[in-house]
Amino acid sequence: MEEDPQRECDSMNRPSVDARGARYYPATIRVVFSILGIWFLVSFGCGIVFREWLDSHLPSLGGAPFGFWMSQQGSIVCFVGLLILYKFWMDRLDRKFGFAEKMTRDKKV
Amino acid sequence: MNQDTWNYLFISLSFALYIGIAVKSRAKSTSEFYTAGGGVSPFANGMATAADWMSAATFISMAGLISIKGYDGSAYLMGWTGGFVLLTVLMVPYLRKFGKSTVPDFIGDRFYSRTARLVAVVCAIFICMTYIMGQMRGVGVVFSQLFPALDITGGVLVGGAIVFFYAGLGGMRGITYTQVAQYCVMAFAYTLPAIFISMALTGNVIPQLGFVGSAVAEGGGAPVPLIEKLNVMNQELGFEKYTDGSFSKLNMFCLTAVLMAGTAGLPHVIVRFFTVKDVKSVRTSACWTLAFIAVIYLTAPTIGAFARVNLIQNLHNTSYEQVPSWFKDFEQNRQMAWVDKNGDGKIQYFGPKHGENDGAGGVFVGKPVFRESGEKGEFGQPLYANEIAAGSNELYFGNDIMVMANPHMGGLPQWVIALLMAGCIAAALSTAAGLLLVLSTSISHDLLKNILKPDLTDKQEVSAARMASFVALAVAVYFGINPPSEFIAKTVAFAFGLAASSFFPTLLLGIFMKTMSGVGAISGMIAGIVFTLSYIIYFQFLGGRADELLFGITPEGIGLLGMLLNFLVAIVVNRFTAKPPQEVQDMVERIRLPHDAGEATEH
Repeated sequence: MEEDPQRECDSMNRPSVDARGARYYPATIRVVFSILGIWFLVSFGCGIVFREWLDSHLPSLGGAPFGFWMSQQGSIVCFVGLLILYKFWMDRLDRKFGFAEKMTRDKKV
Repeated sequence: MNQDTWNYLFISLSFALYIGIAVKSRAKSTSEFYTAGGGVSPFANGMATAADWMSAATFISMAGLISIKGYDGSAYLMGWTGGFVLLTVLMVPYLRKFGKSTVPDFIGDRFYSRTARLVAVVCAIFICMTYIMGQMRGVGVVFSQLFPALDITGGVLVGGAIVFFYAGLGGMRGITYTQVAQYCVMAFAYTLPAIFISMALTGNVIPQLGFVGSAVAEGGGAPVPLIEKLNVMNQELGFEKYTDGSFSKLNMFCLTAVLMAGTAGLPHVIVRFFTVKDVKSVRTSACWTLAFIAVIYLTAPTIGAFARVNLIQNLHNTSYEQVPSWFKDFEQNRQMAWVDKNGDGKIQYFGPKHGENDGAGGVFVGKPVFRESGEKGEFGQPLYANEIAAGSNELYFGNDIMVMANPHMGGLPQWVIALLMAGCIAAALSTAAGLLLVLSTSISHDLLKNILKPDLTDKQEVSAARMASFVALAVAVYFGINPPSEFIAKTVAFAFGLAASSFFPTLLLGIFMKTMSGVGAISGMIAGIVFTLSYIIYFQFLGGRADELLFGITPEGIGLLGMLLNFLVAIVVNRFTAKPPQEVQDMVERIRLPHDAGEATEH
């Protein structure tokens, strides 16, 4: 972002919903792509496409070969982590662009 | 106390709890009926959604499937959890912001077309119906095992009555709070046996650590990693290595992708997120949901591996006279069977690669049927009427039996088994109730109110919904009692293939491609559905041969191609059709911003 949106939002005449939305939406799309990139890598990548390579080239976790472990345990743990990351990342964007309206309004009242 | 007493105690306690909750949180208005008034906390909603998601099939069969298939079973693990990532980042925040109570509502409004709405309603009804049939059957099987006085028919009827009681009366509100209780029962019932068995097999209290840990060495040898032990066992008996599996990479990829996209497109999962108050809560709720689901899904592969070690150690090369008593119980239920092919009086368990004639590694053709005369063999074992297969494998067992047999194999106390039964019923009931609600909403709201009779009042709509849920349940009970042969197992491919090739791409285009026209989306949807359905029907019901498969993709995985076809057709047709009206484009702009999501129920 070129300008600091936080300052914009705090000022009295902040930009219209449309103007903020026009910048908010591309930002959310970037979040979605990053999350889905990792999602693809840990499941399809580690669990399926590169499984054999990972099984034989990476040290096994305890007794389980790495690729196999990713497909049955690791990927699921990563998915949970990804959703938590998504939640906090998006909440931050909401605040940054002033879409967390309800919360701020409640606090003031 | 004997086993039956424990069973009765646990089941009646859990039922008293569910019904108490359902009565206390009865729906008082349409909005409460459909979406619980939009005010369920993210934590409670997450737990309820997890219970809704975990069906009887997941609870009973999944660990067994992984146990038998090894690595191949990972497709289900990744597919049914990874789908929630897609669902959360691509679907539910936007659909919640849209603010209506059903998925066909969105498709109808976004693509400004009654045809689109109708196609969506038909798909939604079909998907839910195929699912609920399997649930009712599951309830029937468990009830009939529990209460010797009931046969499966009686079991299905009792289960149906209970589901109707709280889904029909309580609406979404009643269901949500009942499901919270059901999740607790399920999670406890699923993980507790795994913990006990992990301690016995690996000396580790946490099953997930036991899974990667070392097996307790018998007779003083050096400890071997559990997974390696399984690999060795599997190969000695003529199976693929546990960590390798037999699916081709492409097929594994397609199957996982279909299960993921299908999960993100299942209407009964999507509507769960309409019950929370705003978009922010949707995200929180999705985190909780997946976390609760992960508790079960991270335990399933450990149960699968432990059960396989136990099964082989307990049964392989054991003489029938010394076999543990649970084996004979399961034999009576025709869940396990033994045919003494080589006449040595011992059970041998071999895989397809063991001998030259072993082929598929089956014991006999079809499921076990006792001989009518009730003859016994040399060692007192029952004899079977089935045609005996050529291979050397002598042990038959169903997929479903692993989870149920696991506590027996581990020698766990009786109350653990009773708890497992209660958990299994909780899984079936919670899923059936959630599905029934979506089904009745689809009929009363989408079909009656929005397509056939727009002048329906709120009150009439709720009574129509109650009537519809009764009819839907009656149909589900009918098919639960008379399952169309192996239809139910095959319909899983339908439900996920259909959701992946219809709802998922259409919703995605509707949300992220502002200029997608109604005509484009409908043509894409129809192309995807027709392609996927005809492929599945050809190979599942019309006897298509394995060498005719497109790129070797099995019918379960074909939904991925159907999905790509949907995207392609929609985008191509869209180029030649008029853009959507301005107000629709404005609506799409609006749902992309999370603020002021409004009540979940403005119709």
